[in-house]
Amino acid sequence: MSDERKIRVLVAKPGLDGHDRGAKVIASAFRDAGFEVVYTGLHQTPEMIVNAAIQEDVDVVAMSVLSGAHMTLFPRVKALLDELGADHILLTGGGIIPENDVADLELEGIGRLFGPGTSTSDAIAYVKEWFSTTDDA
Amino acid sequence: MKSKRPVPGHQVLLQGFLEGSVRGLARAISVVENERDGFQDLLHTVMTSGPQTKRVGFTGPPGAGKSSIVAAVATAYRGLEEHLGIVAVDPTSPYSGGALLGDRIRMNDIATDPGIFIRSMATRGSLGGLATATKEVVDLMDSFGFDRVLVETVGVGQTELEVTAAADTVVVVLVPESGDAIQAMKAGLMEVADIFVVNKADRPGAPRLVKELRQALHLRSGRALRDIPAHHGVDLGKAMKLERVSDASEQEGEEWAVPVLTTNALTGEGVDKLLETVEAHRRWLVESGELGVLRRARSGIRIRDVVDREMRRVAWNSERVNGLLTQGVEEIALGRGTPYSAADNILRALLRQRA
Ligand SMILES: Nc1nc2c(ncn2[C@@H]2O[C@H](COP(=O)(O)OP(=O)(O)OP(=O)(O)O)[C@@H](O)[C@H]2O)c(=O)[nH]1
Ligand SMILES: [Mg+2]
Repeated sequence: MSDERKIRVLVAKPGLDGHDRGAKVIASAFRDAGFEVVYTGLHQTPEMIVNAAIQEDVDVVAMSVLSGAHMTLFPRVKALLDELGADHILLTGGGIIPENDVADLELEGIGRLFGPGTSTSDAIAYVKEWFSTTDDA
Repeated sequence: MKSKRPVPGHQVLLQGFLEGSVRGLARAISVVENERDGFQDLLHTVMTSGPQTKRVGFTGPPGAGKSSIVAAVATAYRGLEEHLGIVAVDPTSPYSGGALLGDRIRMNDIATDPGIFIRSMATRGSLGGLATATKEVVDLMDSFGFDRVLVETVGVGQTELEVTAAADTVVVVLVPESGDAIQAMKAGLMEVADIFVVNKADRPGAPRLVKELRQALHLRSGRALRDIPAHHGVDLGKAMKLERVSDASEQEGEEWAVPVLTTNALTGEGVDKLLETVEAHRRWLVESGELGVLRRARSGIRIRDVVDREMRRVAWNSERVNGLLTQGVEEIALGRGTPYSAADNILRALLRQRA
């Protein structure tokens, strides 16, 4: 009945560091790709992220993690999402994350993670491709 | 690793909603916002007991501090143990169709409060300060059982009349930087406001704006609007407000005098006074009978909206109608018809089909 559904993404910036340039870059790139992007600002706790993801009924949570805490943050958010019955949400993100860690996190059910050199169009293509495989597209 | 998003069966969704599950509400909002199959049934099913919640709208130019005030006000209401729904609208980019929804940035202090539910919406091409589905989302929140729903419009600085159709009390937020009272008048904000708030009271120019607004309101309360006929090219939303003004001026002593308050949303200064004033407006709405008038006007708008949408849907989904459209196009090309004769044929067919 309606046009194709908008992809809703929460761009989240966890941690204590005060840099959200990366998060803002990806948020505007997603907007320009036609996504509806919820941006919540700096210093988000995993609880805040998951709470917002559920209330906003997003399809995707994209976290920008530069602090080195990715090995705790990604699994923690994933666990909370699962716990609250929101395991259909794709958890992806980017930051300074070593290859090995990327592989480990993928094994834990976390989506693709994008390193510093990657272009925003890769992330956009990835989200679109993932979305096209969901039932409720 | 891609888990499939569950397509919520209507019953499952409804059950979650009725049980008070946050996820149920969040999904229901999406179903309504995206006009998924069955969304009207869903609304029909949950909206059985009529409007209960108190609806407060916040509008005003970009960056005036609407979100910051909503957050401050919400914190204060939580102190009174109220459960709150918040809907915050930001614009859809006309270029990409995407949107950057950033109102939550100012609401981080209340972000994990289980008594508050915040939903961001993109306008998706709708003008007037709200998204097309915002009113329905507020209805959903009402049915969900929140004591109060706060609605933040887009900061377009234009006549955000739509908010009057979504809220019982409209708070217009201005700042010294947003211009003088004349600009507020030109933007139609005088007609929209039940309460004016001059935010960023810490900035120079705030006292002057307060004074100007009070003067402008004083001029206006001289019954300037009483003689405007309510149905001449005025849309229902506007007519509703005009009616309020004229009604009030006929009942001497019952008129709501629009107050001008000041706040500093960052320190919370003036927020208690704002809450008191919203309550005073509520009392006035109830005691003067205006609330009933307002809700009836709102229902009227909603019925019209639903009928408009259904007519359009029924019409353009119908093979017969599309056939008549093609036929009409041919007739016009052959000089045997006009858009009006074609439309007439279509309307006749539609009315027959539905009768
Ligand atoms: N100095 C001062 N700054 C304020 C005050 N209230 C809000 N701000 C700041 O003003 C900016 C805009 O505030 P928002 O609450 O996002 O304004 P808004 O009206 O919701 O903005 P849009 O939704 O984008 O139209 C932010 O940087 C706030 O921190 C205030 O009372 N004093
Ligand atoms: Mg805002």
